Amino acid sequence: MQLAVPVASLITFGIHLLFSKKAPPLETHSYMLLFWEIFGVSVVLAIVQSFWPALRNWMRHMWPIFTAAILLLGVWDVVTLGFHLVPLPYFPGPAAVLRSLISDRALLLDSTWHSLVLLLSGYTLGVIVGLISGVCIGWSSSVRYWGMPLLKVVGPIPATAWIPFSMVVAPSAIVSAAGLIALAVWFPVTMLTASGVSNTRASYLDVARTLGAGRAYLIFRVAIPAAVPNIFIGLFMGLGASFLTLVVAESVGVKSGLGWYVSWAQGWAEYGKVFAALVIMAAFFSTIMTLLFKLRDRVLVWQKGMIKW
Amino acid sequence: MVTTNVAAASALRVQEIRKSFAVPDAPGTRRLVLDGISFCMDAGELVSLIGPSGCGKSTLLRLIAGLDFPDAGELLVGEEKILGPSAERGLVFQDPNLFPWLTVRRNIEAGLVARGVLHEKRNEVDEFMRLVGLEAFANSYPHHLSGGMSQRVALARALINHPKVLLLDEPLGALDAFTRMRMQDEVLRLWQNRRTTMLLVTHDIDEAIYMSDCIFVMTQAPGRIDRTIEIDLQRPRDRTSESFVRLRSQILEHLHFAGKAA
Repeated sequence: MQLAVPVASLITFGIHLLFSKKAPPLETHSYMLLFWEIFGVSVVLAIVQSFWPALRNWMRHMWPIFTAAILLLGVWDVVTLGFHLVPLPYFPGPAAVLRSLISDRALLLDSTWHSLVLLLSGYTLGVIVGLISGVCIGWSSSVRYWGMPLLKVVGPIPATAWIPFSMVVAPSAIVSAAGLIALAVWFPVTMLTASGVSNTRASYLDVARTLGAGRAYLIFRVAIPAAVPNIFIGLFMGLGASFLTLVVAESVGVKSGLGWYVSWAQGWAEYGKVFAALVIMAAFFSTIMTLLFKLRDRVLVWQKGMIKW
Repeated sequence: MVTTNVAAASALRVQEIRKSFAVPDAPGTRRLVLDGISFCMDAGELVSLIGPSGCGKSTLLRLIAGLDFPDAGELLVGEEKILGPSAERGLVFQDPNLFPWLTVRRNIEAGLVARGVLHEKRNEVDEFMRLVGLEAFANSYPHHLSGGMSQRVALARALINHPKVLLLDEPLGALDAFTRMRMQDEVLRLWQNRRTTMLLVTHDIDEAIYMSDCIFVMTQAPGRIDRTIEIDLQRPRDRTSESFVRLRSQILEHLHFAGKAA
């Protein structure tokens, strides 16, 4: 069991050796190096784990997934480099993608940084505005009367559909993209905050009133905390929408970021780079998603054992 | 003495209260829930309100709490008219309604925070946690607590404001029989310790006899106070004593007749 990863890496490595004879050596060099490293580290871990129970438990949990991932790379090699089952220029093998990742790392890093800044500024703006409008709509029935129809009619329009309009209005492409991301985030955050606040259990509010609570306490210390589980659902929905909007906005107007990089690399038919950018996006977006999950676990510690998602 | 002055002002007076609600199924019609309720409570008294379900007991408590308003009649705490909810009238429900996002300690502090006096009265929080025996759970969240413990937190949370009247709406109704009897003693201990005027709504006749100085028996809707029974048994009371059992059968019989008449 502990040797599953080294064995899998040897298999995948062997597959690669078998098929890479025709490929230029430069392209396969770093990929092979990677496998030697995986092999080496996993053998060392397999030895160390016999003295270290915590590591052994972690390995027992993670090893099947790692093994599958490594074997999947081998399958990828077979499908692309090996038997050319998919048209080649569009679907490079894993070695070519890794080489693109390494050779273009400076530009990829820079693009990731730009995407991060744009995403965070748009997301933060959308969350702040969404929370404010959500609390107002959820708490005050007159704001709900006027605001809800607007929210229901305007909100469902995909943020990206505003691109032609936002490019005219905004002073620069970056501002327009940040605004679109904010708009994409604003809708779910507002909707779920409003529903959370307006569905606060009446008895919590009654109890607070008999404890001497004024309006500020009722809103900020009862209704909003009670709405936090709902608000997090809105934050997650908004995050998904913001990724989508980010990539689209970057590939349309903004001249930086991962979305731009993908369409730029596609323009030069460098599909290795396209895949490299997808790999970075997967890591980047899932990291942000994980951070939001961690934040939720921390904020909703009082719900521990009740969360099912 | 100062304490007696405070006590004298905290009597509760309920005068000719009427309350009706709109019937959702039949627009334009109203259902009369309370039909001219009047009673008086002395300071430091523990009074129970019993009656068949739907007789408007909880409605009456909500009116006294100031969470709802009567159609007619007057409610007074001391000389002051009740115009809305206030920290001087605490309310404990059958569901403890602890704020699940706050720890036990922060739940108990809630009233002080709401009134903006936490800073001056922080030391009282410890006192009340000790009073209900929950120091060990100060940093636990409510979902870790049993029903009895939750209700103790709810009592401490209401008492920390030193209410003139504590309204208890079937506070022990959701507890199992053993916990309930233990909690009855707990509430009595708090009552004797703090001498808070308490109005207890219950439909457990034993509980009413065991705990209160006086029982108001209400009729089926529209609610009216049908009878007042003074309980002058020695405390602590014996649930199996002859006089206790006699009182119980008396009240049972009475409720039975009241049910038939309605």
